[in-house]
Amino acid sequence: MIRSVLSGDLPRSVPLTLILGGILICLALAPFLFPGVRTVDTAARICIFIVLVASYDLLLGYGGIVSFAHTMFFGIGAYGVALTSTHMGRGFDAIAIGSLAGATLAAALALLIGLFSLRVRAIFFAMITLAVASAVAVLVSQLSGLTGGEDGLTFKTPRALGPAFKFGQEMFDGRLFGVKLNGKLLAYYFVFIGASVLFLVMLRVVNSPFGRVLQAIRENDFRAESIGYRVVYYRVAATCLSAAIAALAGSLYAVWLRYVGPDTVLSMELMIDILLMVVIGGMGTLYGAMIGATLFVLAQNYLQNLMGAASGLVADLPILPELLSADRWLLWLGVLFILSVYFFPTGVVGRLRGTR
Amino acid sequence: MSDTILTPNPSDPILRIEGVYTNIAQYHILQGVDLVVPRGGVTMLLGRNGVGKTTTLRSIIGHWRAHQGQILFDGEDITQLPTPAIARLGIGFVPEDMGIFADLTVEENMVLAAVSGPINSARLDWIFTAFPPLKTFWKSEAGTLSGGQKQMLSIARAMIEERKLYLIDEPTKGLAPAIISTMAKALKDLKDQGSSVLLVEQNFAVARALGDSANVMDDGQMIWSGAMAELGGDAALQERLMGLSMEAH
Repeated sequence: MIRSVLSGDLPRSVPLTLILGGILICLALAPFLFPGVRTVDTAARICIFIVLVASYDLLLGYGGIVSFAHTMFFGIGAYGVALTSTHMGRGFDAIAIGSLAGATLAAALALLIGLFSLRVRAIFFAMITLAVASAVAVLVSQLSGLTGGEDGLTFKTPRALGPAFKFGQEMFDGRLFGVKLNGKLLAYYFVFIGASVLFLVMLRVVNSPFGRVLQAIRENDFRAESIGYRVVYYRVAATCLSAAIAALAGSLYAVWLRYVGPDTVLSMELMIDILLMVVIGGMGTLYGAMIGATLFVLAQNYLQNLMGAASGLVADLPILPELLSADRWLLWLGVLFILSVYFFPTGVVGRLRGTR
Repeated sequence: MSDTILTPNPSDPILRIEGVYTNIAQYHILQGVDLVVPRGGVTMLLGRNGVGKTTTLRSIIGHWRAHQGQILFDGEDITQLPTPAIARLGIGFVPEDMGIFADLTVEENMVLAAVSGPINSARLDWIFTAFPPLKTFWKSEAGTLSGGQKQMLSIARAMIEERKLYLIDEPTKGLAPAIISTMAKALKDLKDQGSSVLLVEQNFAVARALGDSANVMDDGQMIWSGAMAELGGDAALQERLMGLSMEAH
């Protein structure tokens, strides 16, 4: 049963299984295990980034294609929901149409970029995606009438997903294990279930014959061609699929935040974050995305607090409080990345599986 | 320059190469290669290192493009076809570097190689008989196989489906003698099934045992074509065409 849900791609390592199981349980029960606005927000971001990073891994880890336009696709999905929710009014229909339109547009754009550049060499694809992504980011910030420019768009999601919506008053007195039963809780599970479905779909794709051909192409594209596979078709298909899933992750993000803006969904920093999450978790395995995204988002959200506490503990010592000051958290984040790449060149998953 | 031309079915060869020139970057590797591969049997492509044997195979499969000349496969001009299309016409290619997919299992490698559908179980049984380690390591990652086992996998991938022509580049290179005889036996099986094989081989003993006809290249051109038996039995001819070093291999 579990094997078929995971498409036969089991973690193949006891520690890895335990870690992944732990992440899954924490995310599935986040509102109950860690009640609090900030903690639940972090959990929702982790869910969304797992999908986003996994969709990037589909491209980089399985297809061997480097793209810098992944945030653009993410942004297209997010703006899709924002625009339909703004213009059609709040509602699940607006979310559905916005997500579908975003995913379709992202796939179409990926098809266009792919057909133009993947025929030649993968490096041209990287350069073209960089150019297109920058152009789109500029366009979004300039077309302020449509996109809200740098300020972005704030919009309303269906009432059922808002904090003001309450349910279960008669049966549970509005609370379950002390947690308020409101729309925010529903919004979290909307994100969680959406992310789980997308993740399982990707797992199915990479373990399908299509995924095997992609892996073969990554390892030796000439050999795959001389067996009879049109490498360019497979690469373009992978690009489109990855773009569409990134867009859907963007839609989930928009639903969760009820806001989109260039900095949140289109920035180059976000692109670099995605790359780091893939590398830290381990390329060529979707479970790497789970671990990479969890570690990264947790570090982003809690390293500052942790360091603040640590600097308080060593307040009497020389220099150390300065180094551990909460303001230096980015420095330490950088150190952590360098160390993780140095010690886990194949990512956390590669290390735990002990393959190479 | 040819002493004799041997073409058993001159009217209908499986592969005919006429005046092919192939450049790699600024190097003119093939300079007017002519080659006829008859239907059925093993055609040897021999010659010293660096004379263009591998480039000839790669020009056939379309990895390198022939700049001039024509390559006719089963009567069809494939000179400008993309590689996947050439492969799907029925050419199985075993490259010199084996090109196995190391991250995939032996099974996955084989499933990928069977492009036209599910694996034929009778054919798989034959492959398991020829190369028992593939059965043992069926579920293992191909990257964990030994060099000889990787070569077996590489050849098995080409043999998993019946192809009209097999291009095999130095299958015994760097292998232990015991594995070389396994290889030779498998190639002999393939030959006995009536397949057409174009084989590049430096091991002269293997070449002599398997080859029906032979073609010798030097400096990007075909310098001799004839019966393998004729070349195999004439030490002076071997020395003239390929230097003495061949016998030492």
